[in-house]
Amino acid sequence: MNDLRVNTLESEAIYIMREVAAQFEKPVLLFSGGKDSITLVRLAQKAFWPAKIPFPFLHVDTGHNFPETIEFRDRLAEELGIELIVRNVQDNIDAGKVIEETGKYASRNMLQTETLLDAIEEFGFDACIGGARRDEEKARAKERIFSVRSDFGEWDEKNQRPELFDLLNGKIELGQNVRVFPISNWTELDVWSYIEKEDIEIPSIYFAHKRNVFLRDGMIWSAQDDIVYREEDEEVVEMEVRFRTVGDMSCTAAVPSDAATITKVVDEIRKSTISERGARIDDKRSEAAMEKRKQQGYF
Amino acid sequence: MEVLKIATAGSVDDGKSTLIGRILYDTRSLTDDKLEAIERTSKQKGFDYLDFSLATDGLVAEREQGITIDVAHIYFSTAKKSYIIADTPGHVEYTRNMVTGASTSQAAIILVDARNGVIEQTYRHFFINNLLKVKDIIVAVNKMDLVDFAQEKFDAIKTEISELATRAGSKQNITYIPVSALNGDNVVDASSNTPWYNGQTLLAHLEGLEAQDVYEESVARLPVQTVIRPKTDEFHDFRGYAGKLYGGSLAVGDEVTVLPSKTASKVKDIYFFDKKYQEAARGTSINVTLENDINISRGDIIVKSSELPKEAKQIDTKICWMDANNLVVGKKYLIQQGANVIAAKVAGIDSVIATDFSGETPATELKLNEIGNVSLKLAKTLFYDTFEENKTTGSFILIDPQTNNTSGVGFIQ
Repeated sequence: MNDLRVNTLESEAIYIMREVAAQFEKPVLLFSGGKDSITLVRLAQKAFWPAKIPFPFLHVDTGHNFPETIEFRDRLAEELGIELIVRNVQDNIDAGKVIEETGKYASRNMLQTETLLDAIEEFGFDACIGGARRDEEKARAKERIFSVRSDFGEWDEKNQRPELFDLLNGKIELGQNVRVFPISNWTELDVWSYIEKEDIEIPSIYFAHKRNVFLRDGMIWSAQDDIVYREEDEEVVEMEVRFRTVGDMSCTAAVPSDAATITKVVDEIRKSTISERGARIDDKRSEAAMEKRKQQGYF
Repeated sequence: MEVLKIATAGSVDDGKSTLIGRILYDTRSLTDDKLEAIERTSKQKGFDYLDFSLATDGLVAEREQGITIDVAHIYFSTAKKSYIIADTPGHVEYTRNMVTGASTSQAAIILVDARNGVIEQTYRHFFINNLLKVKDIIVAVNKMDLVDFAQEKFDAIKTEISELATRAGSKQNITYIPVSALNGDNVVDASSNTPWYNGQTLLAHLEGLEAQDVYEESVARLPVQTVIRPKTDEFHDFRGYAGKLYGGSLAVGDEVTVLPSKTASKVKDIYFFDKKYQEAARGTSINVTLENDINISRGDIIVKSSELPKEAKQIDTKICWMDANNLVVGKKYLIQQGANVIAAKVAGIDSVIATDFSGETPATELKLNEIGNVSLKLAKTLFYDTFEENKTTGSFILIDPQTNNTSGVGFIQ
C-alpha cells in the first residue's frame, strides 16, 4: 500500500464521468474505437470500479470506417460486457433523409450529425459523453465541459452556460441534451502518454504498417478499400504509414511513419510539427468549418 | 507532468492575443499547419504582421468584431510542465465569462498597455482575480517598445497597482514584468532593452510557479458524488463513496464525520480504480469505504471529525450575477455546492460592489455582470467553509429552476 498522488487530468475526467452518472437519467458514451474514445472507456472503468460502467456505448457508423477499428470496437464492448448500440449513416441515405456527397472530396463526416440526433431521439439520451478535446481545433477550444444542445442539437456558441470551478450544471429541459467532454483539457500528447502509461490496447492502424495509398494535396490517402474517391491519374503506391487520427476514411489522411510501438508513437507526437487535425480534410473546408458543424449538432 | 492553469485578461487592444501568440511561437508550440493558417489569413487581411488572435478567437463573431467573447483554452508545454491558458474577455459585458475562466486558474496574467497605464478594465481584472483568490498575479506591462522602454512608465503602473492591492487587502503574490509581446521582449527571452529590470522573463516566472491546485491550504473535504454498489458476487457488500478530495489529505484509519447526518466512522479503504492506497492527496478522485454501514448519499460530505465545517440556514455571500434576468429579493434558486443541491431564497440584497474599487452602493437587485453582497435563506442546513478557507465548500452556483440556467456564482463570507 502506498500513497496516491494526483494526476490532475485523470482525476478531473473521472470526476466528470461520475457527475454524468449522477446527474443524468440516460447517458451514453460515444464510442468509435478511436484512441480518444478508448481513453474515455478506461476513465469510465476507473470512475466506477468495482461496478460496471453504468451506461451503454453508441457508435454512429458512417460505413466508411477502418475495418480494424470496427473489429476493435466490437471486441472491447464485448469484453467489458457493455451494450453497444450502432446506428448507420447508410440507413439515412437509403431513406432519403440525407444526400450523399459526390466528387473528389466526398465524405460522410457531415452526415453523421443527422444519425446521431436520430439516435439521441430514439433512445432518449440526455447526455452524450464524447472524446473531443479543446486543443484539437479553435472552435472546440471554446467548448464547455457540459455543453447544452437544443432539441435540434444546436450549439449556441455565443450564449454558453457559465462553468465555475468544477461545478457542472446538468439541468436541462425535456428534449435538450448535454454533450459531455471529460478529456477537454487533454492534449493529443496527454492522450498518447496515458495510453502508454496505462498500457491500453488500441487498433493496429495507429501503428506503422505498409499500406496502398495515393497522394493528393500533399496528403496521403488510403487506397486499400475503395472508399476514398480516387481519380484515374492518382497513382497507387505502397508506403509505410500510420494514422494519427481515425475518423471516416474519406476525410482522414495517413502520415508517413515508422513508429511501430507505443513508445515510438509518443516520441513521434512529441516531435511533430503538424497538428493532429492537420490530417483531417473536414476542417480544411473553411476557417469556420468546425464551428458550423457544431452549430448543426456535430460533436 | 504538472499542470498549471493560467487565466489571461485584457482586451485585444492591450495585445493579449499577441502575447499568447508570442508565448506559443517562442516555445515552438504552434505547429506548422496552424502557423501557416495564421500567415495565410494575416496576409489575406493585408496585415504586415502575424495576427495571433486568429489562433485564439475561435468563433466567427469574435473574428468579425475583433473581440474575445468567451473563454478559449490554449495548451502548451515546456520540458518542465504543461500549461493551460484560459484566455478570457476583457469587456464589461462579458465579465461572467472572465469569472468562468479565472475560477479554475491558479495564476493570472493581467495585461496593461504601457501607453495608457491602469484603466477601468485593469481594475476589473484585478478585482475579479482578487475575488476568486487567484494565488499568483502577473502584471504584464505591454507595448514597452512604444514608450521607448521607459522605466518611469513601468514604475508608475507598478505603484498604482500595488496601492490598489493594499486597498483591496490582497494576499496574492503580484509580479510586474515589462514586455513587448510584438517583439518578444521579456516574454520567453530576456530583453536587452530593459537593463533596469532585474526580474525574470514571463515564461521563466511561470516555470517557477508551483503548479499546485487551488485547494492547497484547506482541510480535507470529500463531497460524495455517487455511491458505488456493484452487487456482484465478488463485491457483494461493497459500498464505496466516490468523490474528489478537495484540500488536505485522507488516510486509512482517519476518524471521519459524514454530513449532514453527523454520523461518525473511520476510513476503511481508499481505492483509486482497483488499487488500495494508504493515503490520498488532495485533488484525487477516490472511492472510499467506511468501517460502519451508514446511510450516505450524493451531496453528503465526508470530513475529518477534528475538522468540522460551519453550518447555517442563512448565509452571507458575495454573488457575481450571470443571468439576463435580474436577481431580486424573494426569488427562489437552487444552489449547487460541490455535489450538494439545495433550495435557497434571496433574503436580502445589501449592496452592489463597484469593480473599480470605488465602493459599494445600496441596491435592490443585481443585474447581469454585477457583483453584490447578498444574503440567502436556505431550505436545509448548509455545511460550509468560507471561500477563503476552502474554494469548494465555500462557493456555489445559483441555478434558476425555471430556466435551468447557471445564473450566478456565490462566494461564502
